[in-house]
Amino acid sequence: MKPKGWKELPPGSVVTKPGSAEEFKTGSWRSFRPVWVPENCIQCLFCWMYCPDMAIKVKDGKREQFDYDYCKGCGICARECPGKKGQKAIIMVEEGK
Amino acid sequence: MAKVVAVTGNEAVANALRQANPDVCAAYPITPQTDIMQRFSGFVADGLVNTELILVESEHSAMSACVGASAGGGRVITATSSQGLALMWEILFIAAGDRLPIVMPLVNRALSAPLNIHGDHSDGMGARDCGWIQLWSENAQEAYDNTLQAFRIAEHMDVRLPVMICLDGFIISHSIERLEYLDDAEATDFVGKYTPLYPLLDVDHPVSYGPLILPDLYMEYKRAQHEVMTKAGKVVLDVAADFAKVTGRNYGLFESYRLDDAEIALVILNSAAGTAKDTVDEFRGKGIRAGLLKPRLFRPFPYREVAEALKSAKAVCVLDRADSFGGFGPMYMEIASAMMLNGAKPLLINKIYGLGGRDFLPEHAELVLSELAEIAKSGAVRTFKEYIGVRE
Ligand code: SF4
Ligand code: SF4
Repeated sequence: MKPKGWKELPPGSVVTKPGSAEEFKTGSWRSFRPVWVPENCIQCLFCWMYCPDMAIKVKDGKREQFDYDYCKGCGICARECPGKKGQKAIIMVEEGK
Repeated sequence: MAKVVAVTGNEAVANALRQANPDVCAAYPITPQTDIMQRFSGFVADGLVNTELILVESEHSAMSACVGASAGGGRVITATSSQGLALMWEILFIAAGDRLPIVMPLVNRALSAPLNIHGDHSDGMGARDCGWIQLWSENAQEAYDNTLQAFRIAEHMDVRLPVMICLDGFIISHSIERLEYLDDAEATDFVGKYTPLYPLLDVDHPVSYGPLILPDLYMEYKRAQHEVMTKAGKVVLDVAADFAKVTGRNYGLFESYRLDDAEIALVILNSAAGTAKDTVDEFRGKGIRAGLLKPRLFRPFPYREVAEALKSAKAVCVLDRADSFGGFGPMYMEIASAMMLNGAKPLLINKIYGLGGRDFLPEHAELVLSELAEIAKSGAVRTFKEYIGVRE
């Protein structure tokens, strides 16, 4: 998206397009990346419920990959994940590593 | 037909607000403004307006409620003074940044400490940079007229900014003066119907107010805000022209009093300008070419026009009823900026007067005009900033 100049802005920074947050890929804010370990996943969907950014995709009641376009890396999912036999199904890995 | 009455400045302003019939008013009492909102709440109770009156627990809440109601799509008012305006400070910027055309009479009063309830301009001057349009008023008539015009200016589609109408606490707010009211029908017709822009209550066109704007776009929004302010001056003049058609009373960006051929001039705001005009007349009577400039529109400030009006003077004194401790008075700084457009001429001095409601007397104006006559002759300035009417 080409950044807007001051002459193109709506008065008062009003956002006139509903749902436009979708256009902003906030994934670049992340410094830690959650990584899914499917073999430890019990499909409880706690992560899906807790994620504040709706960045965990679910299809037919089953957890799929993270949506890294929007995941800000807060780590809530990793903290809440019960995993299997004490083995977390989500681990946080530093970006760039 | 206009009705001629004897009323206080507060009563006059309250009636202008009644005639504009706002949708929402959120207010909190503070001396010397209280009287405006007390009268207005009477109008609400008597069914003379269709306003929803929100009684809040502080001015911070009053302005917050105004922001919400204005974003919701209503014509919104409040009024305040001094500490009340200071407490609103955070939200003043939001009202302006969100381009919400809230109208607010400000009955000017000194700021604490020490505690003082009387008239000075420290409150309004402190809100200089919050993005509100400011109209200043010499007397009750001007306060009434400015309030009616404020709705038209604020709500103009080229502007959409909040407007503050300043009048001197007690000196104007509580003194009884001769005043001409517009008929209710005439006033209502002049103010016109409110057209909301991006109202939150229009659920078919959902909008969001107050987004987070980071360094990649914030400066563009601020630049746009300056631009709209620079356009407001023209709207102020257009509205004044319409107002003159209805009332015969003329308003500009400022008032020039005997300024055309003036060699020495005073720049002075609000009620004290009335006193100073008498002294200017006296000096004219003695053959001294004295004049006076009384600013009306303080934000946006009409630098070019003021520079032009003071161009031919040799010495000018800006009188400030507010101070910047360790600096010049706030009006002096504006006039000094304007004088840069004249090649840093004429010679410009600053006097601080009337703080905390201290009287400004004709002899003060005389002293200043005599000093200016000296400066005009000798070209030498003794001191650039001084306090008048103060004991050592
Ligand atoms: S790290 Fe935070 S934002 Fe990313 S998927 Fe987990 S809960 Fe959602
Ligand atoms: S919280 Fe952990 S175990 Fe539960 S679905 Fe998400 S990744 Fe799988």
